Amino acid sequence: MPTFVYMTSCDGCGHCVDICPSDIMHIDTTYRRAFNIEPNMCWECYSCVKACPQNAIDCRGYADFAPLGHSVRVLREEEKGTISWRLRFRDGREKNFVSPIRTTPWGSIPSPAELPRPSDAMLASQELAHEPEALKIEGGLPALTPGRLQPGFREGL
Amino acid sequence: MFTINPFAELSATIPGGVIQAYVILMILLVIGGTLFDVLHKGSARYFFDNWSRTQARGGRPLGGGKIAALAVQTAAVDVLTSAEFCNQHRRIAHLLTMYGFVIYLVTTLVLVFGGTGVSGLCIFLWYAGALMACAGGFWFWFFIRVDVLAEGHSPFRLVRADLFIVSLLASVTSGILWGAAQSMGGGALAVGFLILYVGASTVLFGSVPWSKFAHMFFKPAAALQKRVEKANGTRRGLPAPADRPGTLGSSRRLPQNY
Repeated sequence: MPTFVYMTSCDGCGHCVDICPSDIMHIDTTYRRAFNIEPNMCWECYSCVKACPQNAIDCRGYADFAPLGHSVRVLREEEKGTISWRLRFRDGREKNFVSPIRTTPWGSIPSPAELPRPSDAMLASQELAHEPEALKIEGGLPALTPGRLQPGFREGL
Repeated sequence: MFTINPFAELSATIPGGVIQAYVILMILLVIGGTLFDVLHKGSARYFFDNWSRTQARGGRPLGGGKIAALAVQTAAVDVLTSAEFCNQHRRIAHLLTMYGFVIYLVTTLVLVFGGTGVSGLCIFLWYAGALMACAGGFWFWFFIRVDVLAEGHSPFRLVRADLFIVSLLASVTSGILWGAAQSMGGGALAVGFLILYVGASTVLFGSVPWSKFAHMFFKPAAALQKRVEKANGTRRGLPAPADRPGTLGSSRRLPQNY
C-alpha cells in the first residue's frame, strides 16, 4: 500500500508515470488521474512523491518500521536545488531536514553518448567505465596477487 | 457563414419553442447531473471533512477577510488563468478550450433565446468560441493527453475518461459544420450535421455524472483548500520551503519518454 494519490490535487500531468522505476504509476482510465496500479510492487523510493509538481502523492509506510500515525512528507524545489523532508512521529515529535539535490550544476554531467568510444582494450579490461580516474587512484586499481595471500590460501590456488 | 444565425434558420423548420425547450432540458440535465455527482461521489462531504481536518491540525487561525481574499485569489489565478497546470502547453490548451466553450455556451443561449434581434457580433462569437474550443481540445487530444504523451497509448484509444472531451469536441465541431451547411442553403448535409450536433450535445450535457464535467466545481474547491492550508501553515503536512535558495537549481523539465 505504499504510494497513493490525492485525486483532487492531481492534474494528471504524468511526471510520476514518467519517473516510476517500477512502472506502476499509471493514468486512471475513468478520471485521467494518476494512481498506483500495483501497490505491493512499490518499494517506496519516493521518486513519484518528489516529482509530483502538485504534491498530490503521499506514501504510507509499512507498519513494521513506520507505525500508524507517522508522516513522512517531502518537498522538492528544483529552482532552489533543494529537497526538504518533514518527519512526524506518532508521539508528536517532528524532525525537518533540508539537503541539496546535487552538488554540481544541472547538465554538467555528460551523457554516455557525449563521451568518446572506449578502446577494445578498455572494453576487455576488468575495470569499469571511468576507472581508475573517477576513483582518484593513481597507478591503477589495487590487484590481489597470490604472494599477498595467507599461506593456506596460496597453497589452495 | 459567420453572419447567419443557424438557430434562426432552423426555426423555419423546427418551432423555436422546441429548440428553447431542448436548451432548457440540457441546463436541467447539467444541474441535476452535478447535484447527483456531488452526492454520489461525496465530493462536497470530502471537501468539508478535509476543511475540518485542516482546522484540527492547529494551523494559524484565518479570519473571514483573509479567507475571502484567498477565495478571490483562487478565482482570479487558479480558475480564470488555470494557474495550477505545471505544463504550460496543457495550460494554454485548457484556457483555449475553457474560454472557447464558455463563449460558445453563452452565445448559444443568446442565439436561441434572442430571437431575430441578435447582433452579427454574437453570431461571430458563437463560431469563434467553437473554433477556440476545437483548437484547444484537438491540441490536447492528439498531442498533450497524458495517456498518449506519458504512457504511449494511441491517440485513438477511447476510455471513459475521454467521455467529456470527445463529446465536447463532437458537439462544437458538428455545430460549426452544421452552421456552415445552414449558411450554404441547408439540405441533407445540414440535417446530418444537426443530428450529430444534437446527439453529441445531449451526451455532453447528459453524461455529467459519468464524465469529468463536474471538475469545474471540485477543482476550484481543492485549489482554495490548498491556498488556505498554505496560509495557515499546515501545508498538508509538507515541510516549509527551503529558506536558503541554492545556486544549483533548475526549472522543471517535461517528461520526454515517447
